[in-house]
Amino acid sequence: MTETIQFELNGQPAELTLDPNTILMWAIRNDLGLTGTKFGCGTGFCGACTVILEGEPVRSCMLPVRDVAGKKLLTIEGLEQNGQLHPIQKAFVEHDALQCGFCTPGMIMKIYGLLIVNPEPSRQEVLDALEENFCRCSAYKQIIPAVQTAGREMQKGGVQV
Amino acid sequence: MKRQEEITRKISRDINDPWEMDRREFFRKIGGGLIISFSLGGLPALAGTQGRSEDEVNAYLHIAEDGRVTLFTGKIEMGQGPITSLPMMLADEMDVSLDSVHIIMGDTDLTPYDNGTFGSLTTRQYGQIMRGAAAKARAILLEMAAEELDVPVEDLQVKDGLVAVKSDPGNKITYGDLTKGKKIMRTIDETVDLKQPGEFTYMGTSRKHVDAYAKVTGQAKYSGDIQLPGMMYARMVRPPSLGAKLISIDTSGAEEIEGTEIVRDGDFISVLNPSQDLADVAVAKVSAEFEEEKADVDHNSIYAYITRSVDDSQELASQGNLEEGKKLSDQVFESEYHDPYLAHAPIENHTATAYFEGDKLIMWASCQTPFPTKEDIAEALDIPQDKVLLKEVFVGGGFGGKIYNPQAIEAARLAQLSGKPIQLVYSRQEEFMYDRLRPAAVVKLRSGIDANGRMKFWDYDVYMGGRRGATHFYDIPHHQTTHHFVKRSTQDIHPSYNYNWPHPWYTGAWRGPSNNTNTWARESQVELMAAAAGKDALQFRLDHLEGDPKMAHVLRIGAEKFGWTPAVGPSGRGYGIACGIDAGTWLAVFAEVKVDRSTGQVRVVRAVVSQDMGLVVNPQGAIIQAEGGLIMGLGYALSEEVRFEGRKMLDRNFDTYSLPKISWTPEIEVVFADKQHEPPQGGGEPSVVAIGGAIANAVFDATGARLYRLPLTPERVLAALEAL
Repeated sequence: MTETIQFELNGQPAELTLDPNTILMWAIRNDLGLTGTKFGCGTGFCGACTVILEGEPVRSCMLPVRDVAGKKLLTIEGLEQNGQLHPIQKAFVEHDALQCGFCTPGMIMKIYGLLIVNPEPSRQEVLDALEENFCRCSAYKQIIPAVQTAGREMQKGGVQV
Repeated sequence: MKRQEEITRKISRDINDPWEMDRREFFRKIGGGLIISFSLGGLPALAGTQGRSEDEVNAYLHIAEDGRVTLFTGKIEMGQGPITSLPMMLADEMDVSLDSVHIIMGDTDLTPYDNGTFGSLTTRQYGQIMRGAAAKARAILLEMAAEELDVPVEDLQVKDGLVAVKSDPGNKITYGDLTKGKKIMRTIDETVDLKQPGEFTYMGTSRKHVDAYAKVTGQAKYSGDIQLPGMMYARMVRPPSLGAKLISIDTSGAEEIEGTEIVRDGDFISVLNPSQDLADVAVAKVSAEFEEEKADVDHNSIYAYITRSVDDSQELASQGNLEEGKKLSDQVFESEYHDPYLAHAPIENHTATAYFEGDKLIMWASCQTPFPTKEDIAEALDIPQDKVLLKEVFVGGGFGGKIYNPQAIEAARLAQLSGKPIQLVYSRQEEFMYDRLRPAAVVKLRSGIDANGRMKFWDYDVYMGGRRGATHFYDIPHHQTTHHFVKRSTQDIHPSYNYNWPHPWYTGAWRGPSNNTNTWARESQVELMAAAAGKDALQFRLDHLEGDPKMAHVLRIGAEKFGWTPAVGPSGRGYGIACGIDAGTWLAVFAEVKVDRSTGQVRVVRAVVSQDMGLVVNPQGAIIQAEGGLIMGLGYALSEEVRFEGRKMLDRNFDTYSLPKISWTPEIEVVFADKQHEPPQGGGEPSVVAIGGAIANAVFDATGARLYRLPLTPERVLAALEAL
């Protein structure tokens, strides 16, 4: 019952031949080998597995891989372009907005989903967007300004999103 | 489960044994150059570290022919920042540029024995010893340079690893050139003076996480990110409650899933599949019957259970005569504080990836204790310790929960039994159930003040909560502090190695172990008395701190940063204070809360953390740890509690076990006492121990309601408000 699923992965054509019911997170990690997307709770609560599907942040632990057929999938590995960190990644480094780093990829992808529709979020909008992305190290205080810095940089640099 | 004696022996033996490695083997691995191996004891810098014998600790440095300096340390990086701060300490003592310093962490073949990364010990204990060795390495290199350049050592200067003659700077040689073509191993057992703050280049300056690039790009490797050819993903067959015994099992449903293999050794049963997804599907199809243990205790009755279970006690401090103190008191206060079980809940679950290369087990494990874990694995598999290697890997949060690593032993057994590479990632439900929870505890406190608002007696009994932070530091003429425990508990041996019995759960060290409970109880009682005495909570403390000027100073600088003005609680402002001592650091936390009287919701609006932690090696790192600890502590203060019925855990995921969320982030300011000339102290844990007490006191100040059970959930706050 394997199928071949074609989709766009980080800007490149990709295909996977596997059981289409496979959880997207495991397909990304184990079949595509992109281990930046993390497993945290497996039930959509923590946000560590967040990726961007057709411009929307989604919890990849809650979706079967068949849902990406014919669609555009972006993972943390697709953000860096030509050796240049994406403004969100850059802002995380500059603001020291991480500790153990395990929630960081999911956090960054969730922020990406926010900033492409709202590049100038208020503090409250940042909080609302990230309320269900957990950082147990509690690096939250640095994450909030990092999001706002990244939004400004994305506008200034005219970053293609 | 290891017996306490073995654990104690392991701690005391291994930390004292000199580290030995075959030097040819080591040079083969890392190439030529100079290796400094050190075995240093009795450094004055170690004064103030806690409890255990730390006479000798070993580590080593390698100065390569290209000038790179590598520190090989058994410590691990789990977000707390030694990957950034240890090289700063090394670079300063050796006079090399920070860029030339590399660090290898937690590889059990390449680094010397280390008993684990916990207790905020990396900087204050290991780091100070490492500085001494680095300073000695510099001295050895200068001697070599003096010979090479044919001048006395006194005539030499060194900067960025370049040694030059002071009067003739053109006459120079680099550290790298000094080691060229050589394979030298020097063992040192004495140190030289450490540098003073005015001589630092890096220490005392703020540095951001050096591992940030790897972490923001997804390239940083954690134990579950290792993928091996032919690897099988494992899921363990688990009982519905802790301690349940297997009666019967039928794995035929699981075996129908393509690729599934069942591994069984008695009650140790696992489902393997080349797909993690299918391993998850298959394990759900195992049908097993268990006989569950009957335990007549739950998250509400646990406190009475704890109080009646204890059968031994230890007096931790006493002075004067309690009866005399009571006679001198005009008001006496009797309180009982209840603190629940807490989960560590790192976002990275316990994970291990393992395979056999010939007869040697190679493993990556999410683990705070690579060396003790290696020993546990060797024992479980009955293979020699040198046939087990734990590799360097990032750890996705620990907080004390990854001191113990059942997943590593299970993965190793599965690799041995199946003959295949194995990855075992705990489900979130397993992570909760097999976590070594912060133990539930009871504190019974009786205290009294005289008509002038002076504390006259203090009678403190902590039940199963642990000793750390139990003793107070106030001027009280008649006092006694006693820890009550169960004889079979090992809490009195080492706070990190709590045996589970009589707890219905495995228990262990949770960031600031014991001290969260003790500081909350102590500081609640202090503010309760301040209010009864009609005194300002800050002034009341200062009035009783003549004997501890360090604490008084920490309170004063914190109060100034916070903008504290005197008032008698409950003032309606929602201000609270708690102070304490943890990991060698004196600290105070000031908090302002808003209490929604209709919902009972408590929100922390702002907080100040004031710390006297001696030399602040990396102020940026110390601030981030203080902030992170404080925000993490909002959880145990306001929402976190593991609920259970018998040995069935009710909270096993984030839907009902509520972690602090980003919207809870208060304004936070961190202030340090200017003590750069004193040895550095712990920074990973202190702030977390005082935020609970500060919040409880702030809730009282806002509303007049005093709560004696954490967390301060909306329901409990509402109930307390209604009872006013």
